[in-house]
Amino acid sequence: MTSTVADQTAEQSEPAPPARPGWPRRLLRAVGVQNISLVIALAVLVAIIGAQNSKFFLVTNIETIGTAVTVVGLLAVVQTVVMLLGGLDISVGSAAGLASVVSAMVFMSTHSAAIGILVALVTGVATGVFNGLVIVYGRVNAVIATLATYAGFRGLANLISNGRAQGYTGTDSTFVFLARGSIAGIPTLIWILVILALAVHLMLRYTDIGRNIYAMGGNATAARLAGINLNRYVVGCYIAAGLVAAVAGVLLTARTGSGQPTSGSQGLELQAITAAALGGVAMQGGKGTITGTILAVVLLGVLQNGLTILNVNSFWQDIAQGFLLVVAVIIQQRRRGLRAVGLP
Amino acid sequence: MTATPILEMRGIDKSFGPVQVLRQVDFTANAGEVTALVGDNGAGKSTLVKCVGGIYPIDSGDYLFDGKPVTVHSPRDASSLGVEIVYQDLALCENLDIVQNMFLGRERTRGIVLDEPTMEKMASETLDRLSVRTVKSIRQLVASLSGGQRQTVAIAKAVLWNSKVVILDEPTAALGVAQTAQVLELVRQLADNGLAVVLISHNMNDVFAVADQIACLYLGRMAAQVKATDVTYSQVVELITAGRSGDLGLQAAAVAAAGNGNGSHDAGVTDLGDMNGAQ
Ligand SMILES: Nc1ncnc2c1ncn2[C@@H]1O[C@H](COP(=O)(O)OP(=O)(O)OP(=O)(O)O)[C@@H](O)[C@H]1O
Ligand SMILES: [Mg+2]
Repeated sequence: MTSTVADQTAEQSEPAPPARPGWPRRLLRAVGVQNISLVIALAVLVAIIGAQNSKFFLVTNIETIGTAVTVVGLLAVVQTVVMLLGGLDISVGSAAGLASVVSAMVFMSTHSAAIGILVALVTGVATGVFNGLVIVYGRVNAVIATLATYAGFRGLANLISNGRAQGYTGTDSTFVFLARGSIAGIPTLIWILVILALAVHLMLRYTDIGRNIYAMGGNATAARLAGINLNRYVVGCYIAAGLVAAVAGVLLTARTGSGQPTSGSQGLELQAITAAALGGVAMQGGKGTITGTILAVVLLGVLQNGLTILNVNSFWQDIAQGFLLVVAVIIQQRRRGLRAVGLP
Repeated sequence: MTATPILEMRGIDKSFGPVQVLRQVDFTANAGEVTALVGDNGAGKSTLVKCVGGIYPIDSGDYLFDGKPVTVHSPRDASSLGVEIVYQDLALCENLDIVQNMFLGRERTRGIVLDEPTMEKMASETLDRLSVRTVKSIRQLVASLSGGQRQTVAIAKAVLWNSKVVILDEPTAALGVAQTAQVLELVRQLADNGLAVVLISHNMNDVFAVADQIACLYLGRMAAQVKATDVTYSQVVELITAGRSGDLGLQAAAVAAAGNGNGSHDAGVTDLGDMNGAQ
């Protein structure tokens, strides 16, 4: 002990504020190894696709990627929050589909886009409240609970829409603005994603709410002993997930011009979870950043766009997606340094 | 001794469903003293401490702080009195750094934004005050700390709040010789600084090394709370295992009652009780 104390005292002898490392180390620490890997992967991917087909670099194509990733991006951001807490929300895609039909159907009967959107958002909040209450008061595992509501919300969306696309919003100025409008030359869709991502990033990084979310994911017992109201956080996060899913649903309606119970929303939960996992969000909670998730969303968007541009069969895209999720989680487990459980 | 104890529990009862874990427990802790809380596995030490900390509500009995009756319903109530607990499993978040852990649930904010510089300053001042030199950076993740360093962080977290009572649940259980000595030194230092320190330990060497008073729980009853200088090592061991030692501790009838009354306890404890009751 004496020797360790001695040399550690030496290292500690500078005054209280920790020593500032040089800028490369600081940059690396601020950006993170995970994010650097994502940036490198993105660069490689762009180089490969660009070399095959130069249309990839056209501004219009870049805008296409941007608008295509918005819906997934929104869900991935909010999935990140839920996963940081130690939960998972499988029902976001179904909730988006439900909100999509609700927005179109209410719009058709009221002729007001605002009311349609508002009712859809309220529906989204209700799905989140339901998930949260089942998880907290039913003491149901988050995966099981949201797997059940994944089926339930989808069924509800099909039920109220008879399983068919609803209404036509393609002539309404609000929906058109959401789908194809732009502010300062940047598409509205991209603005929505950027604003949400930035807001959530700031919340996680600079407020006590964010700190408590990380704490709960890291050690829920410790968080409870520290006086944090776990139930409120769990319900709150699932409400946020439901609300953002509803925003995604409204955007789906705007983009396709009608309310879609399943088309366009099916599979979004898998894409959102894949993006979050690939972005470094730990499946067991407590680790991950919005920066990582957004980088992964862009990476997945570029991959999908590239495969389309290069005329790769779209079934391959599903396979690539599933493969990436497994690879992302394997990398996570390796980095946690856990010894393998079971055979071999 | 004549001064009012800073913390006094009187006649505490606590049951979990049909299992009565604490019966009529009296317990006091004085400022400037280390009070050791000892007892066999399952005697109810952690439960008593969690009642003090507001994790479990007490069924009946009085909770007096600084001589005044108080009600404590949550960990926040306990901390606002100045009672801090370092739990047996430490309750640290490995994914957060030292500063973040020390302020867990009580973050300093400026407006709605976390006030990191103030938290850093307070954390490093506290660590300095405790003469902690074994951590390199207060921005180190707890996952990267050794057992002793974690214990130190947990203790620093408890004393950060100008607390008056600090309770440590088996702080040395997982530590090596050197780190144990370090933690015990810290415990003694806290008491010398005027805090009331409650130390739960199974190690009699540790207890006699730092304790001023020894309180011994036996199957959910307080067998005795005595000055450390008034008892011997073997008397304390007897109190722990049999609930009495000579004229110290529970009377024979109470010992038998404690043994039988805990029939619904887990088998190991019940056997021990019956065996001792028969002796
Ligand atoms: N939440 C609970 N629900 C039901 N029984 C409990 C609960 N917590 C503790 N007990 C029971 O209360 C008794 C006392 O447990 P406690 O943890 O207080 O013992 P302890 O003295 O701290 O033991 P150790 O030295 O092993 O830490 C045990 O029989 C235990 O099974
Ligand atoms: Mg215990």
